[in-house]
Amino acid sequence: MDGIRFTLNGTEVTYGGNATDRLLDVLRDSYHCTSVKCGCKEGECGACAALIDGVLYNSCCVALGAVSGASVVTMEGFRETERFTALEKAFGEFSAVQCGFCIPGMTLAAEALLSKNPHPTEEEIREGLSGNLCRCTGYNAIVNAVANAAREGDGLW
Amino acid sequence: MEKITRSVVKKDHAPKISGHSVYVADYPAEGVLCGKLLHANIARAKVLRVETPELPEGYFYVDAKDVPGDNNVNIVLDDTPVYCRGTVEYIGEPIAMLCGPDEAVVTRLRDACKVEYEELEPALDLRKATETFFDYRFGHGDVDKAFSEADRVYDEEFETGYQEQAYLETQGMMAEPEENGRMFVHGSSQCVYYIHGAVMRALGCGPDGVRVLQDVTGGGFGGKEDFPSILGCQVAVAARKCGKAVRCVLDRREDMEYTSKRHPSLCRYKVAVRDGKVTAMDIDVTLNAGAYSTLSAVVLQRGIIAAPGVYNVPNLRVHGRALKTNTAPCGAFRGFGAPQTFFAVEMMMDHIARDLGVEPLSFKEAHLVRQGDFTSTCGRYHFPVPLPAMIDKIDKACDYRKKRAEYAKPQTGRYRRGIGMSLCFHGAGFTGSGERDLIKAVAKLRKYRDGTVEILASNGDIGQGVRTTFPKIVAHELNLPLDKVYYQHPDTARVPDSGPTVASRSLMVVGELLRRAAIRLREQWADGEEQEVEERFKEPDFIIPFHIDKFEGDAYPTYAWAVNAIELEIDTYTGVAKALGAYGAFDVGTPVDYNVVMGQMEGGFLQGIGYASMEQMNYDDKGRIRNNSFSDYLIPTAKDVPNLYCTLHVEKYPDGPYGAKGAGELPLVGAPGAYLSAVEQALDGVALHHVPFTAEDTLSVMTKEAV
Repeated sequence: MDGIRFTLNGTEVTYGGNATDRLLDVLRDSYHCTSVKCGCKEGECGACAALIDGVLYNSCCVALGAVSGASVVTMEGFRETERFTALEKAFGEFSAVQCGFCIPGMTLAAEALLSKNPHPTEEEIREGLSGNLCRCTGYNAIVNAVANAAREGDGLW
Repeated sequence: MEKITRSVVKKDHAPKISGHSVYVADYPAEGVLCGKLLHANIARAKVLRVETPELPEGYFYVDAKDVPGDNNVNIVLDDTPVYCRGTVEYIGEPIAMLCGPDEAVVTRLRDACKVEYEELEPALDLRKATETFFDYRFGHGDVDKAFSEADRVYDEEFETGYQEQAYLETQGMMAEPEENGRMFVHGSSQCVYYIHGAVMRALGCGPDGVRVLQDVTGGGFGGKEDFPSILGCQVAVAARKCGKAVRCVLDRREDMEYTSKRHPSLCRYKVAVRDGKVTAMDIDVTLNAGAYSTLSAVVLQRGIIAAPGVYNVPNLRVHGRALKTNTAPCGAFRGFGAPQTFFAVEMMMDHIARDLGVEPLSFKEAHLVRQGDFTSTCGRYHFPVPLPAMIDKIDKACDYRKKRAEYAKPQTGRYRRGIGMSLCFHGAGFTGSGERDLIKAVAKLRKYRDGTVEILASNGDIGQGVRTTFPKIVAHELNLPLDKVYYQHPDTARVPDSGPTVASRSLMVVGELLRRAAIRLREQWADGEEQEVEERFKEPDFIIPFHIDKFEGDAYPTYAWAVNAIELEIDTYTGVAKALGAYGAFDVGTPVDYNVVMGQMEGGFLQGIGYASMEQMNYDDKGRIRNNSFSDYLIPTAKDVPNLYCTLHVEKYPDGPYGAKGAGELPLVGAPGAYLSAVEQALDGVALHHVPFTAEDTLSVMTKEAV
């Protein structure tokens, strides 16, 4: 076997380790994607969220074998996009980033939501972000930022 | 809105959202050993021996024998060991650290260690605990006389549980021996100089032998006040032995189970009432300190000083104790002892009012303290008490009085509603004379030739925004664009000791030092020159000196105030309470950045609602905490309180920058009282006495009371 091939942030990579290795660890340790945070390692907090073929996953609960042939996007890739710029600006305007640990995952959750539903209601935003824990903000600023990004970034999603 | 209040994009916004910020776990692993703690799994025992597996080359076993200095961590007292000193006192106590290059191998070696114990009887029940860490008494007036003359006497006990800080980034510290022999310790933390002092002592070296840097920190809430000193000593000792950098990042279960959290409490209130007015309170507060004293003395002090709440109590007797149990040491968490006593006093006032046939809010209003009144410690409320205006604000925001009256009518359907209100303060800054006698804060500004200004202080940004608000103050006074003033994470090799990042003090106390320093720099400003200005803390003249031995004087220079209302609907089939709305009015003085302050208010308020409703943690009959993951210990998500409304009232404090007061802790404090009062109303006025109050509690009360 010549390794597990997948696309990471637009670049084809071949991982030489085991198919059972944890995507979170591989992203951080082998590919230096340290925006992917380890908050609990058991799929509860969302800090390690990554997009796999556009769908939001907790990378701590994904085995490497499962991403064979897939496209994996972390903040390292997403931050190069126009959509990120729109979200980044909105989060900044609402000071939605406090300690920042949940934020790369939270931003990817917003991306996953908006790419399915470009004009979500507040309730849909709260539902879309409910798998990502934030202990600092009380969520209002984040929810407002996502709503604002959807409005201002009209057409991007 | 004042200019200083206008929000800016936070200075750390871009690196954090883009994932560029480097937290302690994010430094490359090359050349760094991974450290894993071997924790005791018995609540109280003598450690007879530890059988270690054979260690491959490059792997190390580090324990108390390797501590070059004193095997005690300097916190308030020094009873917490760096590594176990022969007996273990709680499940989770660190016996040793296994270190090595490969995390999987280190974990395997750690798990292969066999500890032989001689078990001892642990103290687990707070009601039966006999060892007292701290015992304080104070009061005024003639309590016995008031009780003998009372026409009604009330006697109730209230209980609160643990609360876990649940910062999203777990505890993590790293130590790197430098070529010059100095130990460089850095990581996720709130108080670099606390760690500095503790590591100096553990390594047995002078101040120049240790350097401590705060890394980008993923939340603290008090949980990173004392614990990083312990973990910092452990990694420093390990790095000294291994001769290499050692990093230890706790996993979530270790962190939840073994590190500090909010003290569980029992508060007994005896209250004398005569002619419809409270004439005396006799209050007994007991905190579960856990196995070591850590911060319990100061948590207890704050808790008991707040015990009579925002009310004038002419005759007062307060007794507070922090008792030892063989459980994880409790420490600091936003509110610091006050959420426990405010919960108790607010429920007590509610219960008395209802027994007297008076609406609780009216009863509370009739007892409110006012400017000039005595505090519980015979200091003064020197400044206006804005609670009446804030009550009006909340009443308007949620139609409180009308709903309260409406929900008081008999409800019989599946869904039943209630609304409750609580009133509270938070004493701003350190308790008592701590700022003057212990902290003696020093802050500096350094201006470079290019006209940029660097802030030199030791307060860490843990999400609360001081990397933005400090520069805003300085830029404002110097009339500079904000990008010309910057504040990096504190490094003890570069910054003076402006005190710890605790007690809602950073902006109010250190922010004011920086404002004064900036004014002096403006006066001396010389283009093209490097200049430095230093400011030192000076106690305001109006303060009535505080004596901790008697609990007498001004415990705080000023107070931040809060009025909270919570409206909920209980599904009587499932017991689940749905929050229809949570409304908070907060007076933290002038906001130095509106968004930053609102972020603190909303975040703190939601943490308080979590504490009241869902954040359940307890230990079993062996002393083991069972709720050690986010599956078993629930914290609020974006869906739990969608209608979370906060508003600010500004009562300026003349000795804070532009009138700012302490802000960080206040919003959590009042939530439990408002929440449980609403639950009581929805459950037909049953009297309740504990938080968290979960769906299971609701069902059990409904069964018992046939509600």
